[in-house]
Amino acid sequence: MRDVAVISFSQAPSVRRESDLNEVEMIVPVVTEAVERSGIDRKDIGFTVSGSCDYLAGQPFAFVMGLDAIGAWPPIRESHVEMDGAWALYEAWVRLQHGDVDSALVYCFGKSSLGELRDVLSLQLDPYYLAPLWPDSVSLAALQARSLLDGSDHTELDMAEVAARSRRDARDNPNAQVTGDTDPNDLLNEPYIADPLRKHDCAPISDGAAAIVLAAGDLAREKCERPAWIKAIDHRIDAHSLGARDLKKAPSARIAAEAVGAVKDGFDVAEIHAPFTHQELILRDEFGLSDKTRINPSGGALAANPMMVAGLTRIGEAATRVMDSSADRALAHATSGPCLQQNLVCVLEGN
Amino acid sequence: MAERCAVLGIGQTKHDSERDDVSIAGLVREAALRALEDAGLEWADIDAVVIGKAPDMFEGVVMPELYLADALGAVGKPMLRVHTAGSVGGSTAVVASHLVQAGVHQRVLTVAFEKQSESDVMWALAPKIPFSMPIVAGAGGYFAPHIREYIRRSSAPDTTGINVAVKDRVNALKNPYAHLQMEDISFEQVADSPMLWDPIRYLETCPSSDGACAMVLGSESAAGSVKNPAWVLGTAVRSEPIGMAGRDEVDPRAGRDCAAEVYKQAGVTNPHRDIDVAEIYVPFSWYEPMWLENLGFAEQNTGWKLVDDGTTALDGDLPINPSGGVLSTNPIGASGMLRFAEAALQVRGEAGEHQVDGAKVALGHAYGGGSQFFAMWIVSDEKP
Repeated sequence: MRDVAVISFSQAPSVRRESDLNEVEMIVPVVTEAVERSGIDRKDIGFTVSGSCDYLAGQPFAFVMGLDAIGAWPPIRESHVEMDGAWALYEAWVRLQHGDVDSALVYCFGKSSLGELRDVLSLQLDPYYLAPLWPDSVSLAALQARSLLDGSDHTELDMAEVAARSRRDARDNPNAQVTGDTDPNDLLNEPYIADPLRKHDCAPISDGAAAIVLAAGDLAREKCERPAWIKAIDHRIDAHSLGARDLKKAPSARIAAEAVGAVKDGFDVAEIHAPFTHQELILRDEFGLSDKTRINPSGGALAANPMMVAGLTRIGEAATRVMDSSADRALAHATSGPCLQQNLVCVLEGN
Repeated sequence: MAERCAVLGIGQTKHDSERDDVSIAGLVREAALRALEDAGLEWADIDAVVIGKAPDMFEGVVMPELYLADALGAVGKPMLRVHTAGSVGGSTAVVASHLVQAGVHQRVLTVAFEKQSESDVMWALAPKIPFSMPIVAGAGGYFAPHIREYIRRSSAPDTTGINVAVKDRVNALKNPYAHLQMEDISFEQVADSPMLWDPIRYLETCPSSDGACAMVLGSESAAGSVKNPAWVLGTAVRSEPIGMAGRDEVDPRAGRDCAAEVYKQAGVTNPHRDIDVAEIYVPFSWYEPMWLENLGFAEQNTGWKLVDDGTTALDGDLPINPSGGVLSTNPIGASGMLRFAEAALQVRGEAGEHQVDGAKVALGHAYGGGSQFFAMWIVSDEKP
């Protein structure tokens, strides 16, 4: 495989409701900043790919206005996935393997605030047997959390500790939305919103956007002092039907991690896309992460969770720590679908 | 491009206005099973699934690939979902071909579908977005002014569109999968049909269809088990902004650039001479002459002559849409992949009654959005 690296990353501050800017106005600054930081002229970028979801914007072809934002003239080689930007990055990585282009722009955006996110995500379910019951995303996550608590040694205190650590780390992240210094034991005094989930167990509803520039081989070395090389990347999907799955596990995450050689190796940093505290516990087990790995120094999705963006942001945050030399080897993960149905894993290294 | 890529198997559903005998999962599985059977493969042989469809509002299911993972045998495998407007069926096949060409996978199942009867496309295309011009009249209302401008520029007779509409419906009678089967189709019938968006008559538009298309794409070594694979000689995509003042919606630069790139990869220097048959995305009849020019098959403002003199008929010198095209079958998300798949069927010699004699090199073409997204491939019976 051709060597491909993240050479720049930009993200918009995650906010509960971005009422002043539309999607295009959110995309322009992050794309502009990511391209400027890459040192590559916009017109020299060989491939562009984005990730977004029409239903968040409530309109068909939401990505069309995104294309107008990035200056696609003369016409560009471009694609779009109706997935988190992490999968757009995967398509870009594949495209760069061809050798005819050396750089790619990946961007994504999501304004979850425009609708009732829990209801919108219900429409993601099997339209014949599940969606008509309108189970919402938080309730489904609660079923998964209950399955984990009843079928493992994990406790509600473990979950609260994930939340407290995430909020504490997010204090150093200017783009985070939920920050603070709290005692996990105090968090357990809060009421349930969907037993056994409390508010702190759930990611915030967020609006945001992010962009990454990838470059191959010599171009990456020329443009970036310390590129974050993508040593391996893989993604897998599990069955959709909740009854067909053991919800306390994420087999697709494990398969992807094994495919990239993550399970047996140590990492300095892991950015895990876990929109619910118990999901981090599940994923840590699937990835076999040890105490030596610092998990979610950005605060993770529990501090900022714009739909379609939070996965790519994990790759961007992990790559940033490789590029600034605070980590030599990092794991980044993205998820999609109800109860961790689909998972992407990416290994980034400084050398 | 490191690896060669070939089409190992092709499948499509019977297309109809309402496939109420199957769920969405049943529809995509019908096409996928036919592609697997055609390739002589089992689900376990597939390394990854790449699926495409047009806006999720066309069925009312958000990111339906999640729900379709089970039906498409994707559990435990990688699954990608592409969405690039009307060009998506083509773009999806291009992404799948890249996975093979990049050496990531040996065999990729790619699927595209639309089940329009589950929702209402006119409703889905007509949201009221603040500060944006609504397309309340649907796609025809958007494209009609571009067609009028083409007729003005080219001085084409106003009957050319009718000729395309008749030709494609006659071709569809030779394609058992085609949605429209209009045995009594005639010039007079099209000419007398109601004017919907002047100059587009009712019978000059595409139908609303339920349907799916699937292909198995594979590497050179994977192709060894197939007796007549279609080899991918080139793929290209291009996009341009919808709202840029001064862009030419009638003859978009993105289409011309995309064609130039795919021709270069395939070694095509004179498209009319070097390409034996083309399946191009014609949702409204006049887009056949318009795309003939944009694709370089005809000089500017002369594409209509190739229609009127029979060049693009099934027995003509440059058959266009022998399958009946989008005008006869339009499961929107699948319409682009059907063009790519029909091109491959032609060079494999497996197009049945609508086979073009001696077809060796074929073009598949798709476009979408406001004539701004383009995807193309060229396939051949000979290994590049």
